[in-house]
Amino acid sequence: MNRRDFVGVTGLAAGALWLPSLPSFGGNPVDPARFLEGVDVAVKKRLSDAALNAAKSAGATYADVRIGRYLNQGVFTREKQVQNIVNSESYGAGVRVIANGTWGFAATNQVTEAGMAKAAQLAVQIAKANSKVQKEQVKLAPQKGYGEVSWKAPIKQNAFEVPIKDKVDLLLATNAKALENGASFVNSVLFQVNEQKYFASTDGSYIDQDIHRIYPTFGVTVVDRASGKFRSRQALSSPMGMGYEYLTPKAEDKVAGPQGSDVVGYKYSYDMLEDAARAARQAKEKITAKSVTPGKYDLVLDPHHLGLTIHESVGHPLELDRVLGYEANYAGTSFATLEWKAKGQPYGSKHVNIVADKLQPGSLGAVGYDDEGVKTKEWMLIDQGKLVDYEKIRDQAHIVGQNESDGCCYSQSWQDVQFQRMPNVSLRPGKEKLSVDQMIAGVDKGIYIAGNGSFSIDQQRYNSQFGGQVFYAIEKGKIAGMLEDVAYQTNTLEFWNSCAAVCDQSDYRFAGFFNDGKGQPSQSSAVSHGSSTTRFNGVNVINTARKIG
Amino acid sequence: MAILSQTEAQAILKKVLSFSKADECEATLNGQTGGNVRSARNAISTSGGIDNVALTVESRFGKRSGVATCNQFDDATLRNCVQRAEEIARLAPESPEYMPLLGPQKYLASPQSFAKATADITPDYRATQVGASMKLCDEKKLTSAAFLNDSAGFVAKRNSKGLEAYQQVSGLEFSITVRTPDGTGSGYATADYNDASKFDARRLTQIAADKAAGSRNAQALEPGKYTVILEPAALVANTDASLLAALMGALDARNADEGRSFLSKKGGGNRKGEKLFDERVTIYSDPTHPEIADLTFSGDGRPQQKMTWIEKGVVKNLYTSRYWAQKAGIPDIPRPGGWIMEGGTQSTADLIKGTQRGILVTRLWYIRPVDPQTLLYTGLTRDGTFYIENGKIKHPVKNFRFNESPIIMLNNLEAIGKPVRVGGNLVPPLKIRDFTFTSLSDAV
Repeated sequence: MNRRDFVGVTGLAAGALWLPSLPSFGGNPVDPARFLEGVDVAVKKRLSDAALNAAKSAGATYADVRIGRYLNQGVFTREKQVQNIVNSESYGAGVRVIANGTWGFAATNQVTEAGMAKAAQLAVQIAKANSKVQKEQVKLAPQKGYGEVSWKAPIKQNAFEVPIKDKVDLLLATNAKALENGASFVNSVLFQVNEQKYFASTDGSYIDQDIHRIYPTFGVTVVDRASGKFRSRQALSSPMGMGYEYLTPKAEDKVAGPQGSDVVGYKYSYDMLEDAARAARQAKEKITAKSVTPGKYDLVLDPHHLGLTIHESVGHPLELDRVLGYEANYAGTSFATLEWKAKGQPYGSKHVNIVADKLQPGSLGAVGYDDEGVKTKEWMLIDQGKLVDYEKIRDQAHIVGQNESDGCCYSQSWQDVQFQRMPNVSLRPGKEKLSVDQMIAGVDKGIYIAGNGSFSIDQQRYNSQFGGQVFYAIEKGKIAGMLEDVAYQTNTLEFWNSCAAVCDQSDYRFAGFFNDGKGQPSQSSAVSHGSSTTRFNGVNVINTARKIG
Repeated sequence: MAILSQTEAQAILKKVLSFSKADECEATLNGQTGGNVRSARNAISTSGGIDNVALTVESRFGKRSGVATCNQFDDATLRNCVQRAEEIARLAPESPEYMPLLGPQKYLASPQSFAKATADITPDYRATQVGASMKLCDEKKLTSAAFLNDSAGFVAKRNSKGLEAYQQVSGLEFSITVRTPDGTGSGYATADYNDASKFDARRLTQIAADKAAGSRNAQALEPGKYTVILEPAALVANTDASLLAALMGALDARNADEGRSFLSKKGGGNRKGEKLFDERVTIYSDPTHPEIADLTFSGDGRPQQKMTWIEKGVVKNLYTSRYWAQKAGIPDIPRPGGWIMEGGTQSTADLIKGTQRGILVTRLWYIRPVDPQTLLYTGLTRDGTFYIENGKIKHPVKNFRFNESPIIMLNNLEAIGKPVRVGGNLVPPLKIRDFTFTSLSDAV
């Protein structure tokens, strides 16, 4: 492919920045042809050694280096027009050290031996300065060096190698489908991320990784001018740790919702056009759907929806840094303290088996090694309803009497310091065969919710409120029409203890989140949550309709 | 390097424009220097710094545009940056929403947007301030987590149509959460300034510490509709969504005209000119206000001037893109930076004295939209929630989840206090009747 074919889009191409309010990525705008270039591993090793040696010479007892090249592309459209195509690249290195038993960090975009050494010396200087007010020395879990190793995401088609024209055509065709099916407005977006990360440490690891993420999404709005009402429906896609192959729909990846619901979920490929048509029809139907009667309902939650509830009420409260108080001023702490865990109270019912991992193919969390050079793994968080472990990194393991990191350390870029982030946190499917229709057949008065929507949870992760994209009444074992104005409010422990059944493996799929925020200054990370459709009994549902003047 | 003078900045921008072969070209320089310190468990946990100047060049051929950036300023780099912008522009799509670059503009002066004291901050200053805060918590046997972030810099702009802009800006923000060691009490305080000389970490820590100690062993009240006193930090947050920011963020003319806003009118059009709030509600913006001095030009070069958004409860103006203003034939008003809600003279303490029964709310958190049609939001109280009886704080209460719309809230206004700065805005404490708490939270 020649350069013009790559960036050209039958006259459409890169770079227009008409709407300053559009989301922007980190990094500098670049010519998309730069995405096809790479940095030689031997060069990265030499540069890393310069930093590690400088750190040691300055007095560091431990040092690690991350040389990162972060590539982003976003294609933004609305209705019949391209709004923006953003291509950005950010390249630099971060050096983290321990000196006088204290962390220090410095970053530089001068990726030369001199620039890296200078950053290393600055990191040591900062560590020494901070050590004067430090009370406890950093204690790292032991970590063997892996030598020179590499890991590549198992993608089939690098999204950055796909001509922008194809992406624009897909998004405009998506918009056309929505408009044909009654949408008043539609915005569609395709985000693509490639992290080319090199890690080296004084433990003797030199790790080169190539990580890809993709996120196609849209929002459809139907406006009824006569009544003044408007309703929206967002895409039921998930961001994935995949290449462009996610956008080639396959029949085996489509999972039909319950009979009578007009819901389709997606596994490892996504039919954007089909979903856009369905979204427009559903947004229209929502305008006249019955407003829910508040009360207790049995909820049947699809994986796209449940992923967000898992994220907020299990993934976050089990981050060990939150548990210990490191996030008290912003993201908050956790009810699941070490003392609470010691009491052995049930987190959930016996159906609740929740596993953390950084391995599942196609998930956003999947990497070979984390950002402090620890090989990734899978571990149980909740076993048959009982809390058995937390999410932790090297400087936290000793606090819970362990001597091994879980491999979930991450930084959003070379210029931010790495810290503990949420791995994939997934609900294991039920072992017995159970379809969604079979599950619903046993519900007398309930609501089926598909898609994640509004969400809010307190700073210790007790009280949460969740909306959704589409809601269907369940009456006497059958879907009985669409509902609107639905949100459920619940307490984390009550909710997971009301878990009555989980559908089997055939229904299992991911919900993903591209921009999970934590830390000050805030850093973003991407994470997936796998689950099968799950039933929760007797959950408090409120009606969210209000009247304004 | 980070804070270039007007002469230095415009010299670089003139050179950039001299390299341009495009129909139109606009160059923007953005420089900042600053740093941050984060603490938790009464110890510094992380710290960082930034010192950078970035150039953004936008080149246009007809209705096609391209953008490129760089952060080195030798002639070769500048020339290359301009060439890259032009190359991208030649291949770019024609924008159906193209608007020509603006010509020369007149901007207000806003000298208080920059303070030398903020630009002069050193790592030692940050450590001293945060150290004093941690020491106070150690003395009181309380545990704190805090964040101090400062920056000083400039924005300069110049284009081929003759537009020229330059302004220096600085800012410091601090927030602290103080908790009791037994985990039953939590308090919060936050402040932000242009001028760091106004900042005193120990004073803010004392406020958070008092709230933490006073909020131990909270009692549960039934959820329902309550009279509340919302402190300014409960109405606007530095880093999170908030009820008043949500309202200000919804004053977009295009969304209203397109029928997808609470300001859309049944049958078409928007509700500008209608009285939608209590007549004591007046909100305006003024980038020259000495307490919240801000940039006097927007990102696209439009002048930011004093602008009334809501006056005596009536929606007076909506902001818009230049394209939509032209298409809809409406005033071309950019979205403001900070804004000011007019208030009275009463402090939060005065509002408490005048309250028979009510709830004092220090902070609202995890605020998320529930229904854009009514601007309904949900979220929770946090870090200091107290029951008021007969004009006095009676006891701490457990936290609540709320489901409330700022539109309904500003119609249920009982009293307005004296505005204070929060998140770059001036916000008064508000006493609101029938604020809707829908459930209890066990969180502290």
